[in-house]
Amino acid sequence: MSDHHSQENVHVVDYGKYIFVWLSLLAFTGITVSVSGINLGNWTVVIALVIASVKSWYVLNYFMHLRHEDIVFKIFISVALITLAIFVSLTFLDYSFVR
Amino acid sequence: MVNVAGPADKIEPSFLEVSTNKYKGILSWLLTVDHKRIGILYLFSMMTFFSVAVVFGFLIRLELIAPGRTIMGPQMYNQLFTLHGIIMIFLFIIPGLPAVFGNFFLPIMIGAKDVIFPRINLFSWYLFITGGLIAVISTMLPGGSADTGWTFYVPYSVRTTTNVIPALAAAFILGFSSILTGLNFVTTVHRMRAPGMTWFKMPLFVWGLYATAWVQILATPIIGITLALVIVERFLGVGIFDPALGGDPVLYQHLFWIYSHPAVYIMIIPAMGIVSEIIPVFARRTIFGYRFIAFSSLAIALFGSLVWAHHMFTAGMSDTAQFVFSFLTYAVSIPSAIKIFNWVSTMYKGSIQLDPPFLYVLSFIFQFSIGGFTGLMLGALSVNIHLQDTSFVVAHFHYVMFGGTGFGIFAAMHYWFPKMFGRMYNKKVATWAWAITTIGYNALYFPMFIMGYLGMPRRYYDYLPEFQPYHVASTIGSWILILGLIIMFTNLIVGMRRGKKAPANPWGGATLEWTTQSPPILENFHTIPTIEKGPYDYSQFEIPAAKEAQ
Repeated sequence: MSDHHSQENVHVVDYGKYIFVWLSLLAFTGITVSVSGINLGNWTVVIALVIASVKSWYVLNYFMHLRHEDIVFKIFISVALITLAIFVSLTFLDYSFVR
Repeated sequence: MVNVAGPADKIEPSFLEVSTNKYKGILSWLLTVDHKRIGILYLFSMMTFFSVAVVFGFLIRLELIAPGRTIMGPQMYNQLFTLHGIIMIFLFIIPGLPAVFGNFFLPIMIGAKDVIFPRINLFSWYLFITGGLIAVISTMLPGGSADTGWTFYVPYSVRTTTNVIPALAAAFILGFSSILTGLNFVTTVHRMRAPGMTWFKMPLFVWGLYATAWVQILATPIIGITLALVIVERFLGVGIFDPALGGDPVLYQHLFWIYSHPAVYIMIIPAMGIVSEIIPVFARRTIFGYRFIAFSSLAIALFGSLVWAHHMFTAGMSDTAQFVFSFLTYAVSIPSAIKIFNWVSTMYKGSIQLDPPFLYVLSFIFQFSIGGFTGLMLGALSVNIHLQDTSFVVAHFHYVMFGGTGFGIFAAMHYWFPKMFGRMYNKKVATWAWAITTIGYNALYFPMFIMGYLGMPRRYYDYLPEFQPYHVASTIGSWILILGLIIMFTNLIVGMRRGKKAPANPWGGATLEWTTQSPPILENFHTIPTIEKGPYDYSQFEIPAAKEAQ
C-alpha cells in the first residue's frame, strides 16, 4: 500500500500549513488547560473531549496524512473513532446522572 | 467443490515435514511464518498454561471442601484464584479459538495460502509467550504473586504489596498479541479471499473470527491504557482511581469492563462459529438461516460491546445508567438466541451422526444455554442486587466460558484433529472422555448456582457450615472433570503419535479445509481454488457413516 501511495498519490504539504496546525494544537492545549479550572458541571467532559477530538482530527489528517489516503482507511478509522465515542458517551451517561 | 490438493492417491510432504525456513527441528518451528505451524505453537503453549490453571482450580476446590483451613492459608488462596483467573482468561480462553484454530483454518477456509501478515503473526506468538512468562515470573519474585483477582480492582490493586505490576504488564503485552491477531484476521478476510468466495459464501467460523477480530482491535487498547494507568498510579501516586488521592474507583471499573465484557464475546463468538461448522456436518443438512447466523455474530459483537456496566450494578452507578445497561444486556440475548434456534432447526430431521465433535457441541448448547439464561437473571436489576458477588456469578460465567467456549475448544480439537495431524484418535475413548467431562463439569459448577442463591459469597476462603454439602459436591465434580480431561488429552496425544492415518475428509465436511490433504501441504493448495458453491452444500457427498456400515 505504501508503494502505491508514494507513486500515485504524491502530495506535498507546504511548511506553512504544518506550522499553522502545530500552532492550532498548542492553542487548543492552552484552552483545555484554562477551561479545566472552571467548573462547568457536566459540560467539563464534553468540552474537553470536543477539543481533544478536534486536535486528533488535525493530527490524523495532516501529520498522519489521512487526508490523502484511500476511502477505505478513512472508513476503518471512523469505525474506531465512532466506537470510542459510543464508549465514552455511555460511560459519562452514568456520571451525568450520578449523585 | 473440486479437489485442489493434488492427485487423491498421492500424499505429499505436509507442513509438518516442510518448513518455511532453512532450519530443522525446534528452530524450524520457532522461526516459522507458516500460519498452520503458528497455530500449533499456540495450541501447545496454550494447553500448557491451561493445565497449570486447571491444577490451581483443583487446589482451590480442594481447599473449599471443608470450612476453615484445609490445605492452604488465606493469602495463598487469594493468590491461587488470581492466577487461575489470569491464566485461564488471558492465556487460554481469549487466545484459544482465534489464535489456534483461527490461525490454522482461517486462511484455508477462505482459499488463501497464508494470513496476510505472516511475520506479524509469528511476532504475536512471541508477545503471547513473553506475556505468559512475565506472569509466571511474577509469581516467583519477592512479594509473591498478585492477590487482587483477575479484575485488578482499585483501590486494592494500588495498595497491595504483592507483585501487581508484573501481572499488569503481562496482561498489557498479551493485549498487543491479541490486537495484532485481530488486525491480521480483518485484513486477511478483506484481502485474501479466493475468487468466488463472496462474503455470503464464507464459512460461519470465518464470520465469527471476523466479528471477533473487530472487537479485539477496538476494545483491547482500552484495557491496555487502563492497566497502564494503574501502573502509573502505583509508581507515581497520581490520583486517577484511588479515592484517597481524589481518584474514582468506579471509573476504573468502567474502563476495565469496557474491554473485559467484550472479551467474553471474543471468547464465545468463535466458539459459536465452531458450533455452526460442526452441526451441519454431523446432521448432514445445510445450516438453517445462514445469513441470520452470520449477522448475529456481528450483532453480538456490537451489542456485546455496550453492556459492560452490568458488572457494576451495585458499585454506585446512577439509576439511569443501570436501566440503560440492563436493557442493553437483555438486547444482546436476541442474537444469541437466534443462533441457538438456528442450530436446533438445523438438527431437526437431520441424519445425525453422534461422533465426538458433535457430542461436545451438544454439551456446548446445553451448558451455554444455562449460562445465557442465568446471565439474564443477573442482568435484571432487582435480582442482581441479591446475587452480586455470590458464587451464582462464578457458576454463571463458568457455564458461559468453560461450558460454552471451553467445550467449543474441545469440539474444535476433536473435529479438526485429523486435518491438523493427519491421524485419528480413538473415537470410543473420546466419547467416554466427553461423557465424564460433561458429568464432572456440571457436578462441579451446578451446586455453585444453588449455594450462591442461598448467599455463599464468591472468592471467600471460609464459609458457614450449611454450605458444606454443596462445596463437597462441587469438589467431587472437580475430580470427575479432571479425570475426564486426563482421558481426553491422553487419547489425543496417543492419537497424534500412533493413531490411524486419517483420510482427507473423514467427517464429510464441505468447507475448503476438507478438500486439502490431511495434514495440508505447506501452501495449503496447489492452485488457489475457485468457489462456486456455499460452504454447507452436501448434495454431492456420501454420508461417511453409511459408507462405514457397508
